[in-house]
Amino acid sequence: MTIPGVVIDHTLRLADHFRENEMVFSQYSPALLNRRREKALSDFMRQGIPGRKNENYKYTNLQPSFARDLAWLHRRESTEFRLTDVFKCDVPQLETHLMLMLNGWFYSFQPKNEKLPEGMLAGSLEQISREHPELVDACYGTLADTAGDPLAALNTLFASDGYVIRIPSGTVLNHPIQIINILQTQESSSITQRNLVIVEPGAEVRLIVCDHTLNLNHYLSNSVTEVFVGEGAAVDFYTVQNQHNHTTSVHSAYFHLNRDSRLTTQTITLHGGLVRNNLTVVLDGENSEANLYGMSFMDKRQHVDNFLRVEHNKPHCRSNQHFKNVLDDESSGAFSGRIHVKRDAQKSNAYQRNNNLLLTDKALMQTKPQLIIEADDVKCSHGATIGQINEEALFYLRTRGIEESQARLMLMNAFSYEVVRQIGIAPLRDRISELVDKRLRGDMARCHECAYHCDC
Amino acid sequence: MLSIKDLCVSIEGKEILNGINLEIKAGEVHAIMGPNGSGKSTLANVLAGKEGYEITAGEVTYLGEDLLDQAPEDRARKGIFLSFQYPVEIPGVPMVNFMKTAVNEHRKFRGEKPLTAGEFLKLMREKKKLVELDTELTNRSVNEGFSGGEKKKNEIFQMALLEPRLSILDETDSGLDIDALKIVAHGVNVLKSADTSTIVVTHYQRLLDYIVPDRVHVLYKGRIVRSAGKELALELEEKGYEWIKKENADQP
Repeated sequence: MTIPGVVIDHTLRLADHFRENEMVFSQYSPALLNRRREKALSDFMRQGIPGRKNENYKYTNLQPSFARDLAWLHRRESTEFRLTDVFKCDVPQLETHLMLMLNGWFYSFQPKNEKLPEGMLAGSLEQISREHPELVDACYGTLADTAGDPLAALNTLFASDGYVIRIPSGTVLNHPIQIINILQTQESSSITQRNLVIVEPGAEVRLIVCDHTLNLNHYLSNSVTEVFVGEGAAVDFYTVQNQHNHTTSVHSAYFHLNRDSRLTTQTITLHGGLVRNNLTVVLDGENSEANLYGMSFMDKRQHVDNFLRVEHNKPHCRSNQHFKNVLDDESSGAFSGRIHVKRDAQKSNAYQRNNNLLLTDKALMQTKPQLIIEADDVKCSHGATIGQINEEALFYLRTRGIEESQARLMLMNAFSYEVVRQIGIAPLRDRISELVDKRLRGDMARCHECAYHCDC
Repeated sequence: MLSIKDLCVSIEGKEILNGINLEIKAGEVHAIMGPNGSGKSTLANVLAGKEGYEITAGEVTYLGEDLLDQAPEDRARKGIFLSFQYPVEIPGVPMVNFMKTAVNEHRKFRGEKPLTAGEFLKLMREKKKLVELDTELTNRSVNEGFSGGEKKKNEIFQMALLEPRLSILDETDSGLDIDALKIVAHGVNVLKSADTSTIVVTHYQRLLDYIVPDRVHVLYKGRIVRSAGKELALELEEKGYEWIKKENADQP
């Protein structure tokens, strides 16, 4: 709430809010989460809520989102409905182990009819922190640098729950794990979710994360995921963001790769008010590889900002970034991709591409490639384009009898396809292609049955 | 079939076509020749409906209707086909989807049921033979990674699928070796009938050995400065365009 003439410092307000609720945390939260809060608080206070003066958030001003008066959920709420009645993922042939998260809290895990490997964990951060404190304590907070990012600090300050997944050594999980993040609170809320994924040496897992809002309340979601990819392990991490226009969503994912490991991420933003994705990848073992793909579709006054940092710490590693945006109406987007090749990381291969399609004169895109190269024997390249629909191609299609609107759609789909085709799970790829087509047609790209429950 | 009267066209204030008159009847093949920059491609593009040209005077009727205020897709459905001088590469749009959509748009316009995927693939196989188009190419995106010759064959393949009434071949011979030229010309000749007309836009006479024109027109400085039978093409081949330029040196 804003009172004219009075400047409210929302950073201080959040600090006060923490002090007021400190007892709740110490009473209900695991000790290993509580131990990290004091440092997080001072790191957050020092940096503050990022505005345009923060170089890393130059194109995404989060201050208006934090100015809103929002409720907090520091304790697990008893849910009055069966979530499974409200939500069903209807992607055909997509067979997954299903994990449901509600408002940042772990809700349920339903394994597919596959016997889960011994030692595998999939559950609540709060609970697993109590049951396996040594496992969580060794990883928690080691990647998400609270001193380097105010949102990571804020997340660490208020974290109570999220999911933990551990895939034991040498295990290949046949079905992907699908994590459905649902936001549905009685009043407009601030959501904190903290996740941990540990993929042990030689293990392989595919994760599909779907973000949904189930009612029209305002949400400010700040989630952090730390992913450890062990030696020779492989991780696919797909994110499908489908939230309504009153949502501000900041998701920070940190990946640590050991030698001979492989990571592929796909960030598909179909819908959202303000979306900020921070992706940090550390290639910390020889011969590790990271492929980061992203695709967003924005319209009206939506905003998306993909902020990537890839660090090559060791020799013979490969990284590849390819992000695309389609911006309509008055929407805006930003892309920032930093590749940092450290002194010892000889024979690195690092690529980056960002291509953007602006459909109107009012749409805005800011793109900022950054290369920091300290080694002398590396291959790096980057390229960014911002353009309109190719008029020559449009004319070509029309001279074959294809309606202009249909021809435009074909070209926009073609633009997206280069990224979408990289999705390794066929039913997911087909569904995403279908949703992209719907989105580009201007239809609501709903990927679930929640249409019956809200008009978001 | 096509009647062009006093057509004047400019781009950004610069006059490119300067009073074109042309009558084309069903069953006829007309060649339009001329030196570079004479306005040949502009004429082809204007007939197909490309934007960015300003029609400053004149009219064009096609099958008795005013052509110039129609959208490119409407012209296409009514039977006008432009074979591009430089076919556009469109990564991400598969050839099969592209041509299936195009064929079904034509069918819809004629009030026919759309072809099923199976029916379309059968039709495609049949038409591919005509221009000896490699199957692998139709599995790719539109023109993506095609050689110059493959692109031109692909144009004629599309023409075979769409069965136009008026085909405009814009420099279809450029970049073709003699074997490819023969294949392309063969395709065009097979598709010709008493009901269809063809405009062959070319710089050289070579293609006209294989696609024999009824009339040859020479375009220079945006005007047709000479029209005659097929012997005119041979004359041009022999003498070059210099004498045309000299004859018309006093033109503005």
